Amino acid sequence: MLADNDRIFTNIYGFQDKSLKGAMARGHWDGTKGFIAQGRDWIIQQIKDSGLRGRGGAGFPTGLKWSFMPKQSDGRPHYLVVNADESEPGTCKDREILRNDPHTLIEGCLIAACAMGAHVGYIYVRGEFIREREALQRAIDECYDAGLLGKGNTNGWDFDLYVHHGAGAYICGEETALLESLEGKKGQPRLKPPFPANMGLYGCPTTVNNVESIAVTPTILRRGASWFSSFGAPNNLGTKLFCVSGHVNKPATFEEAMSIPFSELVEKHCGGIRGGKDNLLAVIPGGSSVPLVPAEQIWDAAMDFDSLRALKSGLGTAAVIVLDKSTDVVRAITRISYFYKHESCGQCTPCREGTGWMWRVLTRMSEGRAQKKEIDMLLEVAGQVEGHTICALGDAAAWPVQGLIRHFRHEIEKKIDAYSANPHGEPVRIAAE
Amino acid sequence: MSVRRLAPDEVQPASFAFTPENLAWAQKTIGQYPSERKASAVIPLLWRAQEQHAYWLPKAAIEYIADMLDMPYIRVFEVATFYTMFQLQPVGKKAHIQVCGTTPCMLRGAEALIKICKSRIHHEPFHLSDDGDFSWEEVECAGACVNAPMIQVFSDTYEDLTPESFETVLDAFARGETPMPGPQNGRRGAEPEGGALTLRDLSYDAPGGTALAEKPRAVPAAQSAPVETGPSAAALALAAQEEAAIKAKLAMLAADASPEQKADAVGTRPQGLPAARDAKSDKLQRIKGIGPVNEGKLQALGIFHFDQIAAWTREEIRWVGTYLSFPGRIDREEWTVQAKALAAGTPSVKE
Repeated sequence: MLADNDRIFTNIYGFQDKSLKGAMARGHWDGTKGFIAQGRDWIIQQIKDSGLRGRGGAGFPTGLKWSFMPKQSDGRPHYLVVNADESEPGTCKDREILRNDPHTLIEGCLIAACAMGAHVGYIYVRGEFIREREALQRAIDECYDAGLLGKGNTNGWDFDLYVHHGAGAYICGEETALLESLEGKKGQPRLKPPFPANMGLYGCPTTVNNVESIAVTPTILRRGASWFSSFGAPNNLGTKLFCVSGHVNKPATFEEAMSIPFSELVEKHCGGIRGGKDNLLAVIPGGSSVPLVPAEQIWDAAMDFDSLRALKSGLGTAAVIVLDKSTDVVRAITRISYFYKHESCGQCTPCREGTGWMWRVLTRMSEGRAQKKEIDMLLEVAGQVEGHTICALGDAAAWPVQGLIRHFRHEIEKKIDAYSANPHGEPVRIAAE
Repeated sequence: MSVRRLAPDEVQPASFAFTPENLAWAQKTIGQYPSERKASAVIPLLWRAQEQHAYWLPKAAIEYIADMLDMPYIRVFEVATFYTMFQLQPVGKKAHIQVCGTTPCMLRGAEALIKICKSRIHHEPFHLSDDGDFSWEEVECAGACVNAPMIQVFSDTYEDLTPESFETVLDAFARGETPMPGPQNGRRGAEPEGGALTLRDLSYDAPGGTALAEKPRAVPAAQSAPVETGPSAAALALAAQEEAAIKAKLAMLAADASPEQKADAVGTRPQGLPAARDAKSDKLQRIKGIGPVNEGKLQALGIFHFDQIAAWTREEIRWVGTYLSFPGRIDREEWTVQAKALAAGTPSVKE
């Protein structure tokens, strides 16, 4: 288990003093001015050296992302936008940072803003997190009062930080949809290129980062890139917040080293699988959008980007959803399918029509009211949604379905057999092709 | 996608206006965005209007906010119907129950909660109970998955519910009370049930959490120890001392002093070459800390070769550092040491 003094988020449960004074006592806001004085190139190099990969799901190297911002302003302001629109089912890590350890994020914002030449930042908090954004605003107000933020602040980098919020649209977690929403429009993703680093918020250079990616940077600078990179397997470095939900005895959010084996994750931190190890059916290891992994493959797997990709899944946001053998896995995935149908923004036809189609077919399948040849048809349609949309929501809707068919095709067939073994009034129709 | 329409005309109020407090708040919020980008405030303003208007958003409020932000009505209607937290018809007076029904909550019993909503409130979502006190809907993941199953009522969440504790919460709302938000099974937050397994050597049991503020723990996080082998502590101390002296001198100059004037005040300009030797400049960017911009500035000073940088005196280091407006950095990044090595043909730390 990760040692307590190697944890970045020392108040993740909110048991300590959440105020600025308390945060400073835990070592935050220490030496910030010195990091800023070393300049943007130094900051970016440190983050690159630490091997930090974005914590929002895609795992793109954070230092590299920052370096895409223009080195010199062409007259347009630069913006830092923090994506706190945490809505991937299973994910609830940023919530804990926002409400319990907000100063890690605020200090990180100042440093990141310096590294990208931005003097204004917006934190886009999902609409449902009302108490969380109130806590964040309180923390920001404290920093203004203490002269840590604002124009002419004591840290030597003029920076204004604002809290913005959404109103219940999962799609706004996609960075360009988030920017549209921040501009006061419907959250419909933009075509890329141009990328936000050139044309982002208000047509100005913008970088959008996940809350956790930003919140870990001050500690990386304080303790050194090599400290951070001493955790995890190569290319998957650092510590990470995991949130384990579903059928474990004690679901929880906690910080661990990357690449920790799944078995250790659930047994040391979550009291084990409900009903014991043998009762494990499958795991969705990175939030609802990644394909599930059956028990025998996940048990010894390292929880990181590369190992889970090798299992045809992904680390995503490290939101681990555990399913035990009491689960009707077809219904569980059908519910995820409904989620994507509900959250599709409607812009691209394959996603708008495909998500609803997949959900309707899966709903019938979960009752057994389907034909076996429809399973292949479903797989084909999922393949046609994947990769044919502006943003990744189409992919996210297709992957769970593909994962279900890859590993649990027999479960669907069993339901179809059970249904057809009994007499029913209505014939089973096949979906329109 | 979900189809969402405004409430029928007979329930729509004739007009809407912010209360004076909310109006002041709205003006402040608009001020967070560039003046020609007022539309950015549309979601926060609509939300505030919904909170003011018994947690549902009438047509009059949408138009009021469109006028306030100089937006066409259709743009604000689009926003109000796109974002599902905007309730477009009246909701329960005492509570609008939003049950999270997405898979993580479903795995831990959200369906039982929905069943209770159907029997106690209305068999259909978005319909008022007979007394008008309650309404319910199933929402998509509300982001409290380790505390599943959960509901949200207006601004607060009620987590770790069982059918029994859910009924208790509903009873409290029915009596007109606001039950204590958060986990309903004794947990305090996202820690494992029965107490945190991590962060235990912090005095986490202090209610209100003030204990730590009084006795700061000596965490390594509080020390900014450089980990890479870099300039010696003595060299850094010297550089810091010089930096302070430079700052004091610069403070006496006019605010509009040119970089040259500032640099001349604190050091000596290094002798530059009229052109690179053999018309072939060294790649100064191989020095860690020099990027394309600074390379250009150095070349403009007539500095083209590593051996020139390696030979800088302290006076010259101060001059260049101030001229490039980052005093002290040349020492921290050891440009002269790097340049010496590069001039001797060893590979750069960058490479």
